[in-house]
Amino acid sequence: MTVQTPTLDPTSTMVLSRPPRSLWRDAWVRFTKNKLAIIAAVVLFLFTLVAIFAPLLAPHDPLKIYDGKGYLPPSWVAKGPTGQAGDSQFIFGTDSLGRDVLSRVIYGSRVSLVVGIIPVIIILLVGVAVGMVAGYMGGRVDNFTMRFGDILYAFPDLLFFIIVMTALRDTPVGKLMNGLVLLFIALAITSWIGLARLVRGQVLSLKEKEFVEASRMVGAKHGRIMFKHILPNCLGPIIVYTAIRIPALIIAEAVLGYLGLGLRPSTNSKDIFITSWGALMLDGQSAINAQPWLLMAPAIAVAVVVLAFNFVGDGLRDALDPRLRDR
Amino acid sequence: MISYIVRRLLWMIPTLFFVALITFILMHAAPGGPWDRDLSARQVDPRTQELLNKEFGLDKPLFINTEGGNPLDSQFFNYIGGALRGNLGPSYRQRGMNVEDILFKPPEGKPIWNSKFGYSLRLGLLALGLAVLFGIPLGTIGALRRNTVIDYFSLLISTIGISVPSFVLAIFLIVLLAGRLKLIKIVQQDWSSPGAWIVPGVILGFGTFAFITRLTRSQMLEVMQQDYVRTARAKGLSEKVVVARHMLRNALIPVVTIIGPALAGLVTGSFIIEQMFSFPGSGREFVQSISRRDYSMIMGTTLLYAVLVALANLTVDITYGFLDPRIKVGK
Repeated sequence: MTVQTPTLDPTSTMVLSRPPRSLWRDAWVRFTKNKLAIIAAVVLFLFTLVAIFAPLLAPHDPLKIYDGKGYLPPSWVAKGPTGQAGDSQFIFGTDSLGRDVLSRVIYGSRVSLVVGIIPVIIILLVGVAVGMVAGYMGGRVDNFTMRFGDILYAFPDLLFFIIVMTALRDTPVGKLMNGLVLLFIALAITSWIGLARLVRGQVLSLKEKEFVEASRMVGAKHGRIMFKHILPNCLGPIIVYTAIRIPALIIAEAVLGYLGLGLRPSTNSKDIFITSWGALMLDGQSAINAQPWLLMAPAIAVAVVVLAFNFVGDGLRDALDPRLRDR
Repeated sequence: MISYIVRRLLWMIPTLFFVALITFILMHAAPGGPWDRDLSARQVDPRTQELLNKEFGLDKPLFINTEGGNPLDSQFFNYIGGALRGNLGPSYRQRGMNVEDILFKPPEGKPIWNSKFGYSLRLGLLALGLAVLFGIPLGTIGALRRNTVIDYFSLLISTIGISVPSFVLAIFLIVLLAGRLKLIKIVQQDWSSPGAWIVPGVILGFGTFAFITRLTRSQMLEVMQQDYVRTARAKGLSEKVVVARHMLRNALIPVVTIIGPALAGLVTGSFIIEQMFSFPGSGREFVQSISRRDYSMIMGTTLLYAVLVALANLTVDITYGFLDPRIKVGK
């Protein structure tokens, strides 16, 4: 009597019921299920388009002064505080000199966009590099960079931006690109520390893992271990940190502009960056009682963009680290 | 524990030293000096300038005195020495006033809390009080009634409060309350009536309120799943006792620990709100010193704020250690 041993049919059990999904694919699926995050991402996409195509979208030249049309209320207001009716040409009205508010707000989005990009690139490059090296090398290098970070950390962020801008605004560096270059430097110079700390923490735990040990055993060089094995595993937290940092930078720019320390509003129509939302709010502040729309238009713009970034950030965090849900 | 506190306090010394150093370097990198800005005033002739420079120690080297004598007899170290004794130097712009007088000296015959800093501190305390008073209950209810209308409401409010900066919210509220509803005056001159404080207090505290709401909610959600809560319920304790004694007590530990930094953040971060409401506090004074390029005032205020923030950060670890014995901070 022979016992029939059940033979494993490789085609039936060894094949997964569906193709395997990578971590990133999983995260993407989770992210797309988050409706709020998707809506916010669309808002941000539109915001980017508006900033890039400002000259095509703006109904008027943001610098053109319409004589005798100063302080017009928004177009739907029948009688503004100055007694004038809204003009359908100027949807959000005009400012004290008779410049179109909507066009100026559209142009202002450009500054917020670059402030959300360039300093972030600097922060990513410096923060990741320092965090990786400090965490991987450990010892004295680690100690030194972390203590140095502690010191910069003690500075209240906004205060630091303010004193850098006040001190260096009238120097040659401060005058480059109407003050934008200095703004980028000021914003980047403190923010990389948070990222460096985060990356260092990740590296410290990752470098003890078996897969790092294994690659060291087969003779991988430090550079290869750092960039091929450790860095990809830190990407999730890095992305989340970046998404949360961007709105903070946009807010900082608005605050600085509002204090008169950001971009210098330009009167040269060849400039790419003519005004910023912060600077527009500073303009509007003087007429807050009589002409509130001057302040409202840029304030709404800042609020919408910042909220959208936050929703995307939250969505990314939930997608990349589901354990943190509901926090 | 005590040795830990002492160590942390000592670590503040180099930190604040470097904060002062960086600020000092930046302020000296700024173009212009005390004598060449105020074009409206009578110009000072060179001889007087020289004497004045000597009088204020501006003829000395910036950092290290290499001309023999005490190497620390330089502008920077004299400034630090003065600051340690509570002398922040004369203001560039407000004649005859020292920086510490502007910040801490109340008007003639008034109590100390009527000083510029006193005003800011009181506004910060009011904002914090409002944030705690409304934030903790809203977060608790949100967690207890999870996924109901009130929970979504608390989440919505806290998300807006955390992401939208307070000065943008202030703009909306001012336009709404002052422009449309005519409830408040924008330029509020009389700060002796408590009613005038409410609106700036609410606006200033909104972000903190949102943060406390969210923190309370997430902590409550975590605590609710703990075994000891189930045990408490199984013992037959009333829901009230379970919530108040077993859940809230544990959930509020992180909330209590952030109160120090929150207050420091509110006091040092109120400058825009103060400026908007013409509030007579140190924050508004700081904003004005920026536009007047009153460098000594900027330095003094920055130092003061850095000390506040450093002290507040210290309180986090200490209160944590006291409230949650599981955490050993000394190690």
